[in-house]
Amino acid sequence: MSEVVGIAVLLWVVVTLYAVLAGADFGAGMWDLLAGGAERGARPRAFIDRVLTPVWEANHVWLIFMLVVTWTAFPQAFAAITSTLFVPLSLAALGVVLRGAGFAFRHIVRGTPGQRAMGATFAGASVLTPFFMGTVVGAIATGGVPPEGGGDQVTSWLNLPSVAIGALMVATCAYIAAVFLVSEARKAGDPEMQGYFRARALAAAALAGGLAALDLVLMSSASPQLYADLTGQALPLVIISAALGLGAIIQVLRGGGWARTLAVGAVTAVIWGWGVAQAPDILPGTLTFDQAAASSSTLITLFVVFGAAVLLVAPSLALLFSLQQRELLGEDDH
Amino acid sequence: MSLPLAASELLLARQQMAFTLGFHIILASLGVGLPAITLIANWWGLRKNDDAAITLARRWSHAMALLFAVGAVTGTVLSFEMGVLWPRLMARFGEVLGVPFAVEGIFFFTEAIFVGLYIYGWKRLSPRAHLLTGIPIVIAGLGGTLSVVAANSWMNQPGGITMDSAGKVTDVRPLEVIFNGAAGYEVPHMLLAAYLVAGFLVASIYAVGWLKGRRDRIHKLGFLIPFTVATIAMPLQFLVGDTAARAIAVDQPAKFASMEYILDTGPNQTEWLGGVLVGSQVKFGIGIPDLDSILVGFSPSTVVTGLDQIPEDERPPAPTLLHLAFDAMVGIASALLLLVGWFAFSWWRRREPPESVWFWRASALSGIGCIVALESGWIVTEVGRQPWVVHGLLRTEDAVTGASGIAVSLAAVVVLYTVLGIGTILALRAMSRRWRTEGLTEQGVPYGPPADEEAT
Ligand code: HDD
Ligand code: HEM
Ligand code: HEM
Repeated sequence: MSEVVGIAVLLWVVVTLYAVLAGADFGAGMWDLLAGGAERGARPRAFIDRVLTPVWEANHVWLIFMLVVTWTAFPQAFAAITSTLFVPLSLAALGVVLRGAGFAFRHIVRGTPGQRAMGATFAGASVLTPFFMGTVVGAIATGGVPPEGGGDQVTSWLNLPSVAIGALMVATCAYIAAVFLVSEARKAGDPEMQGYFRARALAAAALAGGLAALDLVLMSSASPQLYADLTGQALPLVIISAALGLGAIIQVLRGGGWARTLAVGAVTAVIWGWGVAQAPDILPGTLTFDQAAASSSTLITLFVVFGAAVLLVAPSLALLFSLQQRELLGEDDH
Repeated sequence: MSLPLAASELLLARQQMAFTLGFHIILASLGVGLPAITLIANWWGLRKNDDAAITLARRWSHAMALLFAVGAVTGTVLSFEMGVLWPRLMARFGEVLGVPFAVEGIFFFTEAIFVGLYIYGWKRLSPRAHLLTGIPIVIAGLGGTLSVVAANSWMNQPGGITMDSAGKVTDVRPLEVIFNGAAGYEVPHMLLAAYLVAGFLVASIYAVGWLKGRRDRIHKLGFLIPFTVATIAMPLQFLVGDTAARAIAVDQPAKFASMEYILDTGPNQTEWLGGVLVGSQVKFGIGIPDLDSILVGFSPSTVVTGLDQIPEDERPPAPTLLHLAFDAMVGIASALLLLVGWFAFSWWRRREPPESVWFWRASALSGIGCIVALESGWIVTEVGRQPWVVHGLLRTEDAVTGASGIAVSLAAVVVLYTVLGIGTILALRAMSRRWRTEGLTEQGVPYGPPADEEAT
């Protein structure tokens, strides 16, 4: 039993890391998309590119961890989700392909038209994946996924509450990225970019806040039980999230150094709020984490592997960041 | 369409899985093999103070970055597909397959980090520190291959689990899952295949340059380093492949009987080269009496299990495809063995590669040939396992999704991957053209002092 709780927590840690780190990448892609024509957008695009490049691939690995941990620890839930949500998951994967390809080739294709096409693919795809992952979350939260799988392929996710969660996901990515970019511009001593992304951070924050409120309202009729839990056992986290989000806005406005931390905290609190609201169910109302769990030997193996991962990956990441901080890494203009 | 709906969806799902895996495996092989070759060039360049070798390492590392990005993308698609195409495989055995895939996650993460360090470390890290950042990439490639192929070989020879009477997994012994009965030959065979594909493919590019008259030191080393790696791996691959075939004759007799056209169980089995199976007749093939029995058990009297012993509904489909794929792999392997033998002989006598233009022409084709062998081998393994997805435990038709719409996703995948493949090749060519036109200027100081890098 306690292993199940441990693995569920682990899964949520991975989901959080994916949402925050990859979310920032996706959001940066969106700002790239919205930066305007080749000329006008040149400055922000170059800035985004410089901030984004070195570690992009490492962030993306969290998605794979998320899939693998889910199918290993909660195989029945994984199968239920994938057999029902074939369409949005395929479209999310499409976004992964387009984004990766656009990113990989953009640095190689020379000449503006080709570069622009690559850039547009990259940026457009940055919307696709978070949106459809959002509808997957929506479908799960609103009970569209039956525990034995094979739920309706269309109506399970193509409904107002799920689409609204997709939209919220997109807005959240844009928000995190803008806040990150403000912080980076501040660090780089670039007031022009700081101002540019400050305006965008505020706009995205307003949008995300509005959508979050709308989602709550929609949830109250689409999934009354989850709504009750969100405003019941998960209420503290919802409030913390709102408070941290507000704090981040204030920091952005003041040009303070805490904006990024507060924004990450706000997003983290939402994700954990969702988890706490759903608990002890992985599919609300129909399947608990316990019922969906793999054998305890599998779960223990996952802990061991995760421990090994921390021991191996943490020092590697520390090395990466320390070299980056000491400016020992740089693009090889070869 | 005369097929019942479920059967056609199954076929489409298998085709999508096969197509995306077949694409990914090329990138994965380069992802495993290329870092090793690059690091050898880097190490050689530092040791011998050879600028040409350093330039090569630097160029290959850029190609590596691109291939990694595409490999990661296609690999992520595979992870989605395990769920969306085969939900009932994951529902029953996800917790088993998850063990090696979780281990794989560690290696990929390490790999992603150190690829970043290696590529962005050329300019400002010390040469030694920079070389060291490459080593984890090579180790992660080994570990990654071990874990993914462990998952595949477990599907061929499942073990290390306990199931209740309803077939639900109740206990998993992770080490027995990873080191299953087939991993012993599949893992080294795939690992060597990765080094071979990378070695021959890179060498073949420089062989083409050689044929076009580019015979500077860069082209010479660019050929010699990867080709030497392939020369060492090739005979080993022959031995491992041979071991694999003998193991399969015992452990997966349906696969072996199909790929070798063994129809009736007994001694004195004929080895068929080529040929098409029509009914119970092998047409157009060259048969060598007794050889198959000799290969399996070193004696003509060795009894080999034939298809007659396999229940009709447990025989792999398309024995002709299996047989020809196996012949293609072994045929290409034999040709490549001759090629590396020629090279080794010439090197031993003269410390030079052969001069004959035929050597260079053959080498120019070796890369493509090796990829054909790789794909053929996977066809033998995967189609030969049918109708099982997990040998003896779960049939493929019981694993496939009930969702419709695979025709659309398959079509999308084919179009997208075609564009991705063409894009990758064009991008690599654009890189190589740039290297050639920039010529000597950039050969200067790869480990330059911080002062000269303000150009960015
Ligand atoms: C570079 C490519 C390459 C080369 C030169 C060879 N192989 Fe291979 N072979 C593969 C690449 C490959 C592979 C990577 O595609 C496979 C698929 C699954 C695996 O583990 O390796 C494979 C599978 C495979 C199998 C089926 C394994 C299974 O189903 O579990 C057999 C029996 C052989 N090989 C035998 C041989 C023999 C006898 C060879 C030489 C004489 C040979 N291979 C050369
Ligand atoms: C990377 C090289 C691989 C290639 C080229 C490959 C190729 C194929 C092919 C050709 C099929 C279709 C079989 C048919 O037509 O009947 C297939 C099916 C499948 N393969 Fe592989 N395979 C590879 C590795 C793996 C690995 C490592 C796994 C790990 C789990 C895997 C899992 C599957 C599954 C789930 C199916 C679908 C079920 C089936 O048709 O058997 N494959 N693969
Ligand atoms: C024998 C077959 C396979 C081998 C040897 C292999 C190897 C590799 C390697 C070396 C990479 C790193 C990227 C690169 O080098 O281009 C990679 C990426 C990846 N592979 Fe495969 N792979 C195989 C089959 C599969 C299968 C069947 C799956 C999933 C079901 C898979 C999932 C992945 C994922 C998720 C990534 C991306 C990891 C990242 O983002 O760094 N692979 N694979």
